[in-house]
Amino acid sequence: MTIASRLIILLTFLVALMASIMPLPLSVDAFRPDWVLIVLLYWCLALPNRVNVISAGVMGFILDVLLGSTLGVHAAAMAISVYIVAGNFQKIRNFSIWQQALIVGVLSALYHLIVFWLQRFLTDAVFLPSYLYPVLTTIILWPWVFLLLRKIRRNFRIK
Amino acid sequence: MNPIFKHGPSPQHRLILVLFCSGLLIFFDHKANSFEFARGYLQSMVSPLQYLATAPKQMMNWAAENIVTRRQLIADNEQYKINELAFHEQALQLQIVQRENDRLRALLASPLRGDAKKMVAEILAVDSDPYTHQVVINRGANDGVYEGQAVIDDEGIVGQILHVGTTSSRVLLITDVTHAVPVRVSRNGVRLIASGVGVIDTLGHNHVPHSADIRVDDMLVTSGLGGKFPEGYPVAKVTSVLQDESRAFSQIQSQPVAKIDRLRYVLLLWPEQNNLQATKNIVLKPDEKAKNK
Repeated sequence: MTIASRLIILLTFLVALMASIMPLPLSVDAFRPDWVLIVLLYWCLALPNRVNVISAGVMGFILDVLLGSTLGVHAAAMAISVYIVAGNFQKIRNFSIWQQALIVGVLSALYHLIVFWLQRFLTDAVFLPSYLYPVLTTIILWPWVFLLLRKIRRNFRIK
Repeated sequence: MNPIFKHGPSPQHRLILVLFCSGLLIFFDHKANSFEFARGYLQSMVSPLQYLATAPKQMMNWAAENIVTRRQLIADNEQYKINELAFHEQALQLQIVQRENDRLRALLASPLRGDAKKMVAEILAVDSDPYTHQVVINRGANDGVYEGQAVIDDEGIVGQILHVGTTSSRVLLITDVTHAVPVRVSRNGVRLIASGVGVIDTLGHNHVPHSADIRVDDMLVTSGLGGKFPEGYPVAKVTSVLQDESRAFSQIQSQPVAKIDRLRYVLLLWPEQNNLQATKNIVLKPDEKAKNK
């Protein structure tokens, strides 16, 4: 693990964080995919000994600060979703890309539900179906992010 | 590296560690509010990321402002001139009314109302988190922004400052579920609390008796009772009044008059200073503030 490959992984996370706070029109905003979760899941599948539950917790914490939510909410949800992949990465790696996309969709739904449950517990939030719209865009986005990040990984020989 | 032989703690241990840490964070942030101080630093740390993330939008805005035809500029300019004339005329009227009001207040031995210092701020980022309604503005502790400060737009109350960083700060909008503003009906002075319900165009009013005289289209203005918001700024317009006798209270909903979902520039208010040169107190840029002092 050279410094350069560490930097490239960090850079992908930085871009994902920026994409998740970039201002969008209100109608599109409900469909914003979970950029950070997708990138975390990819690196966790590819290099589970580099990016795993702890990195997920840290990224979730940064997301908490950026979104202004109660600190720790996104960290916990992110860590649980990534934990499932970290435990089964050898199985999931062998699935086809669309099967992986479905699994990512389930994980993304789990992530949003955990965030909702914690928010419900803390501030009496009411469930709206629009909270799960990002799951759809995340499923559609997964193959493209997967191919792009694999290209980046192979190109820069990140191990 | 070798993925067959795992190093370090197992995923289970890592998960327990992360969940334990986030549990502590949630408890201390939500129940004990111990992070009020650290939040300012965290906000300053992530503000470069926010400035970077809004860069494409800023560029689009810049392009949209620079690529306009001469004819359109002239048309806009004319419109502004007409607006200024109208506003100026209203301001003249207002001055007379204000002087009269001051005299009457002096007669009644009530404290005089001064003009507040104001500062224009631009919206940096809008949160994508559906559970909280917050925006980030490009003014921070360097500009004298403080926690709990009132934020308005050209129509009415927008919210209040939640966390202050050095160059940016976070505004809690009035539609957030954790926010409430003391208001009164401008028609008859009935006092209410306008609390956010988590929907961008709705405010709720709890514990309003059936006998309260509130009608649809009533304007709700700040009552100044909480001490956070100055008195008399418009907050919302009543959209529905449902008097169901089987319920303990009447169901009232209103719509914020500020364009909460289309914010671009907002105005920060400082508490009253009792000087009457209102226009001189509007600070457009931080460096102009120094000149005014």
